Amino acid sequence: MDIKLDRISHAYGETEVLRDISFNVPSGRIVCLIGPSGCGKSTLLRFIGGLERPTTGKILQVGEPPEGCLNPLTYIFQDFALLPWRSVRGNISLVLEDHGIRGRKADAIIGDVLARTRLSDFAGALPKQLSGGMKQRVAIARALAVNPAVMLMDEPLSALDSQTRELLMDDLVGLWTRQPFTAVYVTHNLQEAVRLGHRIIVLSRRPGRIRDIVEIDTPIAERRAGDKVCQRKHDLLWDLMREEARAADEELIDG
Amino acid sequence: MAETVGDGPIQGSAQRDGPPQAVEVRFRGGGFAPKSHRWIGFLVFVFLIGLIEWGTGAGWISSLTLPRPSDVLSTFGELWESGMLFKHLVPSLTRLVVGAAIGAGLGILIGVQIGLFSLIRAGLVPLVAAIFPIPKIALLPLFVIWFGIDEGSKYALIAFGTFTPTVVATYGAVDNVDRTLIRMGQSFGLSWFSIVRKIVLPGAMPGILSGLRISLAIAIILLVAAEMLGAQYGIGAYILEAGSLYDLERLFAGVVILSLLGILVSAAIGAIERRLLGWRT
Repeated sequence: MDIKLDRISHAYGETEVLRDISFNVPSGRIVCLIGPSGCGKSTLLRFIGGLERPTTGKILQVGEPPEGCLNPLTYIFQDFALLPWRSVRGNISLVLEDHGIRGRKADAIIGDVLARTRLSDFAGALPKQLSGGMKQRVAIARALAVNPAVMLMDEPLSALDSQTRELLMDDLVGLWTRQPFTAVYVTHNLQEAVRLGHRIIVLSRRPGRIRDIVEIDTPIAERRAGDKVCQRKHDLLWDLMREEARAADEELIDG
Repeated sequence: MAETVGDGPIQGSAQRDGPPQAVEVRFRGGGFAPKSHRWIGFLVFVFLIGLIEWGTGAGWISSLTLPRPSDVLSTFGELWESGMLFKHLVPSLTRLVVGAAIGAGLGILIGVQIGLFSLIRAGLVPLVAAIFPIPKIALLPLFVIWFGIDEGSKYALIAFGTFTPTVVATYGAVDNVDRTLIRMGQSFGLSWFSIVRKIVLPGAMPGILSGLRISLAIAIILLVAAEMLGAQYGIGAYILEAGSLYDLERLFAGVVILSLLGILVSAAIGAIERRLLGWRT
């Protein structure tokens, strides 16, 4: 299933946030959205998942979601959004219960996604017992449990320290290599974008427009932090963003 | 490490006055973190009661000021032996349980509705704000006309008194449920009912329980007030009778029962909290 954004514009009252954004998310690819803070990239992600409506423009699903897909557009949030009163297993079963999946069938799915995120030993733990990185892995397991067509990742590693971020990036690369998934990955971290993105969409400062689209052809599994191609792309992106980021930083926040 | 730097050649004033003096960094953190000291509260009780016992025994507290704690205890013993304790306690507890259950139950129900629906909120919040400050005991004559002189008016008074604080605590608690969790539920396609049952209600539980602590204390106060105004049996009636006879021992025996009741209710809610809210950090 592909996602197509068709001339999305949005304004909160008088403030124009996004202007005329169109792009495609092809199946089996990771599309990264980067831009200075306040450029509307998280808003755009909420549009794609149907949690908010743009003022003008449409989000289109092209093609049918794969079979067995319970929730085609599935988010992974920056702050994990785990229910603190449910165990790891309970948090995953939460999203299955409403689809009538219980008992043995649920156990099989939960067992599978916990194994894929290497959490099998922690099924009974409460979120308060887990580190940030583990919590995000639980959130990833929960997203995998509904077998999504597209994963919508809203700065999933931004709340983590840099070592954990590095480890989780490896996890994501591993997950994608074993079974390629489609994702829109919002981040302000250029390193994450060049490690994980097949296509990187650079947004300008508010009102967010597409500044440039950068494609990276190196297979994800072969990319290493700081290798030549990655570094070149990173520098290219930083050149594109530097002025925008500075200008965005100096803007006054009103209203 | 610090020493090597201190011995270095580019140190200014320190070098002139010989080696720099090492002073331990003054500790200025700590405090502001409540710790559990189980026995202190108990010791305060023992100390105060012991002091009164000594004072009344030695005579520097007159028997008109305070009764002797040991006399209160023996009055309590008589109350127990004569079976009058349960004759007073059972109707009181029934009134408390029935009244508080009605009031808190309705309060939680309405509070959740106010938290979930803007229209109900717009309609009921001003009404609750108007009812809250009314001293409910002032309405007892009205309740007597509405619900009869018997148990009905007492249930109504206690229910009404617990209702308003429960409503306010409950809708506040629902408002405070983490919105990102609700968005998460929506993003996974959970039904509205599932979101309320699995995310909103458990998330509001801490606030609801701490509201209940206050509501139930108010319920005990109103129970006594209602019983003072018209009841043959009940702790309130017992205290009123003792008071009008200036029988301080019996008066204090009644007050002790109320205190114990308060401690018991508080402990019960504490136990529920430990059981239901173990997930809190």
